[in-house]
Amino acid sequence: MFLVADLISIFVKSIFIDNMIFAYFLGMCSYLAVSKNVKTAIGLGAAVIFVLGITVPINWLLLNHVLKEGSLTWVSASFAEVDLSFLAFIMFIATIASMVQLVEMVIEKISPALYGSLGIFLPLIAVNCSILGGSLFMQERDYTLSEATVFGLGSGVGWFIAIVAIAAIRMKIRYSDVPKPLRGLGITFIITGLMGIAFMSFLGINL
Amino acid sequence: MSAVETKVKEVKPLLSKKNRALMVDPLSDNNPITIQVLGICSALAVTTQMKPTAVMAISVLAVLVFSNLIVSVLRNAIPSRIRIIVQLTVISVLVILVDQILQAFVYDISKQLSVFVGLIITNCIIMGRLEAFAMANKPGPSLLDALGNAAGYGWIILAVAFARELFGSGKLFGFQVIPDVFYEMGYVNNGLMLIPAGALFVIAIIIWIQRSINQKFEEA
Repeated sequence: MFLVADLISIFVKSIFIDNMIFAYFLGMCSYLAVSKNVKTAIGLGAAVIFVLGITVPINWLLLNHVLKEGSLTWVSASFAEVDLSFLAFIMFIATIASMVQLVEMVIEKISPALYGSLGIFLPLIAVNCSILGGSLFMQERDYTLSEATVFGLGSGVGWFIAIVAIAAIRMKIRYSDVPKPLRGLGITFIITGLMGIAFMSFLGINL
Repeated sequence: MSAVETKVKEVKPLLSKKNRALMVDPLSDNNPITIQVLGICSALAVTTQMKPTAVMAISVLAVLVFSNLIVSVLRNAIPSRIRIIVQLTVISVLVILVDQILQAFVYDISKQLSVFVGLIITNCIIMGRLEAFAMANKPGPSLLDALGNAAGYGWIILAVAFARELFGSGKLFGFQVIPDVFYEMGYVNNGLMLIPAGALFVIAIIIWIQRSINQKFEEA
């Protein structure tokens, strides 16, 4: 029972308190580029949840059974002193790039309809900072496997909420009288900042 | 700032007009952050203080210059279908080197930057320059392009860090610059600058100033 409560706490924390966009600014490039319209924002957000939910646990397995010091003992006892953690970056990004490719092919085969709406965003995701960021935070915070999975999904959901919300606001703001030099990029930054402050109100919550 | 700028100045007189544009354009007219909107993630996250920001700017400069050079040398040997993976491999090897060097020589700052050194891999500026420039140009111009873009990125993040550290904690590079007399008279540090949202407002103001001076960048 304690474990479940722990997982729920990580889930909620990764959505609201440690939100990828508002607390760490990860994935800002695609967040700014693809948030002009709610529909595409939903597509990209869903793809991010999906890919984060898969890659964080896979990278956890790689990290704990291949890269960390002494983790290769399952191959041979003589590897007990091998420490490959400096290779973490290249392993993580390789996993992400290949998973994205794989997911793209699988979706195309199984559900062409889903591919039509999600497919174009998948290549974009390989270079989305929030995906690599998820894996790096997982490494830094020493999660267990179940915690890592929940953290990956939660961060994805947090990113989804952020991009859908900003897309909705940007659609409305077209009708507002924004000072000319601020239109587009500038005002989007300011709105994101205000949303970030709003999200800070979750900070006091202790689960 | 100084490290980035001196590098630009050393090379300038040798350049033809076209090559000069490659380096100078990214400083303002084609700035990677405010105009191309690339590499925002790290620009915002590491800029609470000048010191880690300067380290970040130099790291990005190193990675961008070398990856642009390497990819430009290899450009005819890279099959276009797997070019993204090849580029990512080049970048991640360079980032691993930078990370190891930082951990060896400036451990405190490397801890402060935490995951953001690793995130240079997915910094859109680097991928963007590789895709848009290094894949189609000779090593020489690619080097200049990398220097220009890294400098354009560097001066913006340093400007943001300058404002955030000065107004947020009254210091620059860790030294107090606002005298104690001010605090005694009731001056208070602006906490807004230290929270993540502060960075967004500072960048928005930079964009606002830039676009009011140069109105061709205004969006409809």
